[in-house]
Amino acid sequence: MRDADLGGLFQAVFDRYGWDFRSYAHASLRRRVERHLHREKLPGLAELRAAVLADPAAMERLFAAITVHVSEMFRDPDFYRAFRERVVPVLSTYPYLRFWVAGASTGEEVYSLAILLHETELYARSRIYATDINDTVLQQAKSGIFPLGSMKDYVRNYQAAGGLHSFGEYYSADSEFAVFRPFLRQNVVFASHNLAGDASFNEFHVIFCRNVMIYFDRTLQNRVHELFFNSLLTLGYLGLGRSESIRFSPHEDDYEAVARGQRLFRKLR
Amino acid sequence: MIVIGASFGASRTLPLVLGPLTPGFPDAIAVVVHRHRESDQRLVELLQVHCALPVSEAVDKEAFQPGRIYLAPADYHLLVESRHFELSTDEPFNFARPSIDVCFESVAHACGAAAIGVLLTGANADGAVGLAKIKVAGGTIVVQEPTDAECPVMPAAALALVRADYIRSARAIPALLVRLAAEAAQSGPG
Repeated sequence: MRDADLGGLFQAVFDRYGWDFRSYAHASLRRRVERHLHREKLPGLAELRAAVLADPAAMERLFAAITVHVSEMFRDPDFYRAFRERVVPVLSTYPYLRFWVAGASTGEEVYSLAILLHETELYARSRIYATDINDTVLQQAKSGIFPLGSMKDYVRNYQAAGGLHSFGEYYSADSEFAVFRPFLRQNVVFASHNLAGDASFNEFHVIFCRNVMIYFDRTLQNRVHELFFNSLLTLGYLGLGRSESIRFSPHEDDYEAVARGQRLFRKLR
Repeated sequence: MIVIGASFGASRTLPLVLGPLTPGFPDAIAVVVHRHRESDQRLVELLQVHCALPVSEAVDKEAFQPGRIYLAPADYHLLVESRHFELSTDEPFNFARPSIDVCFESVAHACGAAAIGVLLTGANADGAVGLAKIKVAGGTIVVQEPTDAECPVMPAAALALVRADYIRSARAIPALLVRLAAEAAQSGPG
């Protein structure tokens, strides 16, 4: 698969549908498209391009293949522990709190945050904005239904993250699914938002965007950093994935690290 | 770009392979090891004790430099682009994240004939398909002699799938890498 052909596909997608994947990280994008070709039983990019341009349903399937990100609850427990220990005490001095989980996907991060805020008695004064480019995954997030098989890992993460209760209190289970309790999404607003094009829509005390920007190239990452910087209140917090850096971002010097070894930053100015 | 895959037995084998390399080594080295996600920074520290070359975990979009060793972070796939790394949290591939196949495949695409793939000890078949892709792209592939490996399954699986350019014991690999990297540096970046 030639890079030029991949670029051509996404230029055509942009021209026809307005979806802009031209600044997505190349190696990941190539892998996703290859998997998609395989699943769709298409021989190559030319055929995919023809199918997508002729049929919006084919575009929807490609869109899903590119935009669905995998996460888990309390991924990197140390991150949540640091958040609980270093950030929560500061947040508890505010009368009202706005959180933005950007690239919320199927909602694992959203429920993790809601549970943490519940246990630290901040949830009642919090509103969490959970956004994603993909409405289908957001609907799934909103449903609060997760595969029961994942709970074993999540329980372990939750405990390592400093969880105070029994994780099982937060959902009811049948043989296949865990359904999370409705109060965990009572203070959550699920909304469509495209980091690659949409503007800021509020000012936040905390923004989480973990393992989302790894799928963007440097140029788009810088754009998103600009967006986050403009969407954070002064002294607000930015949480990234464990192997993401703000080094070389245009706002590197506008943040300080909150906890050693964690990608948790505070906006200074 | 030299890319090394290892699984069961990696912590004893990697020091033999990487320890003898000295500063000025003319190529970047990426290392993918299957490990438990809680193992965290310890593997970096363990390798650094044995290595003269600086060892670090790859960070997303980090530009790689010759003479440095980059370890795939736990629980991420490590992908190689022409000048930098990319990370992904896509599903585990054949139960592995990081997956050696995923990394090798990206190196084959990004580096072509300049790719040098090395597969060491391990208890599964990860890396075999990736080595084949490096070979097809014109790169060089090195497999640890299975009888020399702490666990022979992974190198044997690769040898069953693809003809290696070199089959060597772990102790013989560093000298080979020095030669291959010098040759690659002379023929220019791929």
